[in-house]
Amino acid sequence: MANLAWKSFKGIPLVFTLIWIVAFSAALYLMDKSVIAFLGILSSIVVVYYTNTTKSVKMAIGAIVLLLIIPLVAGENRYYMEVASQVGIYVAMALGLNIVVGFAGLLDLGYVAFFAAGAYAYAIFSTSQANEFIAGNLFPLSGEWFWPFLIVGLIVAAVFGILLGLPVLRVKGDYLAIVTLGFGEIIRIVFNNLDKPINITNGPQGITPIPSPELFGIQMGTPFYFYFIVLFVIAFIVLANIRFEHSRLGRAWIAVREDELAAQSMGISLLNTKLAAFALGASFAGVVGVIFAAKQTFIDPTSFTLMESIGILVMVILGGSGSIPGVVLGAAFVTILQVQLLKEFSNFLHGLQNAGIISLPNQLDPSKFQRLIFGIMLILVALYRPNGLIPAKRKKNDLDAIKKSEFGKEKLGILGRLSQLTSGKQS
Amino acid sequence: MINILPQVLVDGLTLGFMYAVVALGYTMVYGILEIINFAHGDIFMVGAFIGTEVLLISDALGALEGMNPFVALFITLIIAMVLTGALGVGIERIAYRPLRGAPRLVPLISAIGVSFLLQDLVRFTEALARNEFYLNSPALFTGSIPLGSMATIPTKGLIVIVIAIVMMIALTLFVNKTKWGIAMRAVAQDQSTASLMTINVNKVIMLTFLIGSSLGGATGVLFAQNYGTIDPYIGFILGLKAFTAAVLGGIGNLRGAMIGGILLGLLESLSGAFMGPLTNGAFGAEYKDVFAFSILILVLLFKPEGLFGEAVKEKV
Repeated sequence: MANLAWKSFKGIPLVFTLIWIVAFSAALYLMDKSVIAFLGILSSIVVVYYTNTTKSVKMAIGAIVLLLIIPLVAGENRYYMEVASQVGIYVAMALGLNIVVGFAGLLDLGYVAFFAAGAYAYAIFSTSQANEFIAGNLFPLSGEWFWPFLIVGLIVAAVFGILLGLPVLRVKGDYLAIVTLGFGEIIRIVFNNLDKPINITNGPQGITPIPSPELFGIQMGTPFYFYFIVLFVIAFIVLANIRFEHSRLGRAWIAVREDELAAQSMGISLLNTKLAAFALGASFAGVVGVIFAAKQTFIDPTSFTLMESIGILVMVILGGSGSIPGVVLGAAFVTILQVQLLKEFSNFLHGLQNAGIISLPNQLDPSKFQRLIFGIMLILVALYRPNGLIPAKRKKNDLDAIKKSEFGKEKLGILGRLSQLTSGKQS
Repeated sequence: MINILPQVLVDGLTLGFMYAVVALGYTMVYGILEIINFAHGDIFMVGAFIGTEVLLISDALGALEGMNPFVALFITLIIAMVLTGALGVGIERIAYRPLRGAPRLVPLISAIGVSFLLQDLVRFTEALARNEFYLNSPALFTGSIPLGSMATIPTKGLIVIVIAIVMMIALTLFVNKTKWGIAMRAVAQDQSTASLMTINVNKVIMLTFLIGSSLGGATGVLFAQNYGTIDPYIGFILGLKAFTAAVLGGIGNLRGAMIGGILLGLLESLSGAFMGPLTNGAFGAEYKDVFAFSILILVLLFKPEGLFGEAVKEKV
């Protein structure tokens, strides 16, 4: 019965969506510090996704919410823009991992290593750190170099991805998960100790101050600017995801994910296909790493632990691996849970504690229980929704429509040649 | 430098036996279900905490005074083994059994989930009970025995080695000689055929988890005794290294797991002690984990069946 009700669900009426958006943006505008209103605005993207209207209208409303309403009503509040840009960073990373895990089915538990590669690439050369091993006192570079470094980060991470992928991809399944996990740990330990014999990463002290991006002399150091930069990168990654998904390569990924042997027997090169997925996923992480470094102005190896890799994996799996809207939803949900909901809950408990209602040792602070929550989410998703919250849909080609279309009249390929031959004989 | 070598070998051997026993748990589960029980390292950690708590509580009650330390250790081991064994069975029932037949990545994900859940649950309980989650285990054995003129072996280290050997022999005998052991090997070969031969597959898998987890828990107690301080996060990396040991020896192969564990412990100890002096301080002991993981990667790349395993042809 429940299933039947779900099938007859045609989507949320457009009017409701519009009322939702207007109501929450008004609420956020009037009540400056209302968390619920802010979450309402962010979740309006989900509401828009389920709205019963055409695709272009949905896209338009979504663009208006993201580009106009959120910056307008929350732009002055640094904290909200901070949260929004952080959500964006994780959405972008999760979309990158989606190519590796979701499309190609390679479980990568060391994904954060590529993120670290991008972040360190920008951090080392944009601060005086690079002077430690390159003679000539050429550094630090100014913030205008941020833009070329988006490409540099992409290339560095892609090279990392290929270097790691070449040997690693010989193993598969859960062995691959373990090997990538090991590689992630190796990278972290190396970054943590590469302050001697030559000081490259400055070891556990980390690198600071990383300059914020600059464009035509404008310093873009506030979360407001990062929000737009991240949005731009997300748009790029989403587009890449969509284009790849339906390309020859994307279909090869899915074939490899579903059955390696069958895919191989149909002439798909396993190594090239997997390597492409690995390198592409890595390169997106590299770009996001550059943005992350510029946003934090400080990086050290503690930002690139196994927890981060698992966190991004949780986002992909929770949302629905292989499904672009699902991954966006999963990433947004997990990030907000981490940076906002848990914090609010701790603050609430602290409030109760200060009022003397409950007494709570400091160690029980809910904001410290990330692992518990990740653990529960992973188990529940594996048990009850192995395909995620918004499972991936297969694109279906309507064969009858193709046959009836004008392209159907003309026979192509071998069929075309056959009919030419037969008609030639007749005449 | 050469005169510390015997001591390094003794320490490495102690560590290696610890890896070996934990690796047995990985190998048993992998042999039967072909899943990596990621939570095994954390079951080991829970065992360490249970053992330490038993000792701390009985110390507070005054029960440890005058008690023979061997008896105390034996009782602690039994309690920890029973509880961690039950924990392992529970995990199998809740997080793995419903996923049998699902794509292989799904149980792996739920295993990672269990592992994280256990870490924070232990932290939560300890924070609630003791207001901190780093515990110092009361030392039962403090003496040490000189081995020649170059090295000494602490009594606790010797006990680790002896108990580990006893557990390994007992397990080998169990698997090779008893009815249940034969059933286990049959299930590992082919589950559906085994079930046709009136073997209760579910019971055998439960038993596997029970034995593997209780061995892990017992090793946790020994670890706490040997190294003193424990925290909720010791299990993950140690579990990973034990898995490395299992892979090194050939996963699914009991003898391989033991030898792999001992080899890995020795290699790690040697690299920790000598890498710094050999490279003039450029790469110190902090790289010893890199060493362990590199071994894992190299073995998986060049000899995925391990040193003692047989290459398995892929089924089509």
